[in-house]
Amino acid sequence: MIFDGISMEIERGKVTAIMGPSGTGKTTLLKLIGGQLYPQKGIVTIDGQVVHQLNHKGLYKLRKRLGLLFQSGALLTDMTVFENVAFPLREHTELSESMIRSLVLMKLQAVGLRGARDLMPNELSGGMARRVALARAIALDPMMIMYDEPFTGQDPISMGVLVQLIRLLNDALGLTSIIVSHDVQETCAIADYIYLVSGGKVVGRGTPDELRHSDSEWVQQFMNGFADGPVPFHYSARDYADDLVATE
Amino acid sequence: MVEKVQQLGQFTLEIFEKLGRSTFFLWHTLTGMMEVLARPRLIIAQLHSVGVRTVLIIIVSGLFIGMVLGLQGYTTLSDFGAEQSLGVMVAASLVRELGPVVTGLLFAGRAGSALTAEIGLMKATEQLSGMEMMAVDPVRRIITPRFLAGFISMPLLAALFSMVGVLGGHLVGVGLLGVDDGAYWSQMQAKIDFNEDILNGIIKSVVFGFIATWIALFEGYDAIPTSEGVSRATTNTVVISSLAILGVDFILTALMFGDI
Repeated sequence: MIFDGISMEIERGKVTAIMGPSGTGKTTLLKLIGGQLYPQKGIVTIDGQVVHQLNHKGLYKLRKRLGLLFQSGALLTDMTVFENVAFPLREHTELSESMIRSLVLMKLQAVGLRGARDLMPNELSGGMARRVALARAIALDPMMIMYDEPFTGQDPISMGVLVQLIRLLNDALGLTSIIVSHDVQETCAIADYIYLVSGGKVVGRGTPDELRHSDSEWVQQFMNGFADGPVPFHYSARDYADDLVATE
Repeated sequence: MVEKVQQLGQFTLEIFEKLGRSTFFLWHTLTGMMEVLARPRLIIAQLHSVGVRTVLIIIVSGLFIGMVLGLQGYTTLSDFGAEQSLGVMVAASLVRELGPVVTGLLFAGRAGSALTAEIGLMKATEQLSGMEMMAVDPVRRIITPRFLAGFISMPLLAALFSMVGVLGGHLVGVGLLGVDDGAYWSQMQAKIDFNEDILNGIIKSVVFGFIATWIALFEGYDAIPTSEGVSRATTNTVVISSLAILGVDFILTALMFGDI
């Protein structure tokens, strides 16, 4: 079982973060929200609609209003940056070529990559690829954006750019943002509300400030990155001394 | 012993599961046909990468196979003093069998493996998943145009192969071994029947195109999204398509020419 009796509310217009150690199923949670996975029990409701009760058509209609930013960026490798951002517009709208051009340039301008429009995805750095993916995710003006580990593997500058962009876009476009991450500093800097998830349960919740001053040992260990605590340093094993003298 | 039986059962179950998945996949691919036909640009791009890029290998192989047929055929036929019938022998072998079958095998190796690797990598890099989240059905956007392109290209490639092969046979038979030019062509014209020979060859190539493209696309779509998974899927494509083409060829030949 990945989640057990988990309950979360994502407030409209806010940046909500879901944090927890690697391997706790944070990405799975995003896939549940996006309808790519189905829960065995329980429901996910977006804007009054229960995701896994929608039919194919309804689900696709809902997804047009959601953006998901994959960890890898998931750009289409056989298209230029421009074509990647234009992709959802071409697939879902009947806009004229000049209209698409203006829209794409506006979205690229918002992420600072208007000048990179003719590059291919393999010519981009990791941070740039994520920004292009972000431009693509906002191409259809969604109501909600989900970020899967947006800060992982970024250099300090790209990280700063992304942190700023996520907050800025959320406020300027009136989005609702969900960030899944384990980078405490960056996430605390922009999140309005944080859920800490571990072992399939919510182990802490609150604003960044509340969590910093939480009296839960687990929350303290995670927020401060202590090596030992409720999450032990050692993987469970038999007694060290016994193990050393034992003959196989 | 019990373990062996279990393994056999497991193996059989997996095969049937895969057959079921691939049938659903084919259904999903085919039902998207109308949408894709309304966007010919998607198909044209794939016709280029699946069909046009396979032309060179088809021409070269066709030429050599035709030349070998000319040589071998001449040696055998001249024993019976029938070397003037070389044109019929070359053309019949190519149009009925070698054209569709060898083109099918080359197609599976050249275009099929490329399709599997491309789709498998798209899956591994989350491009298919990303498309789904953008509310674009990856089967209809990516798979269906490729399927149509393979289906359309195969018969054309097989026809090209046979044509070049006949010319290759002419090159050796008439050019080097001294078969009469007029006899080569006129006997061919007299003996090769449109319905019996050419049409049956076309049917074969259409069926092989369908099989090879389906297997290639399904293997890519069903691949385990890791480098090892994609490599295994690519191998599967070549092995399974080749065996399927040879097996189905026997059945088709028996039905068409076997008087069964």
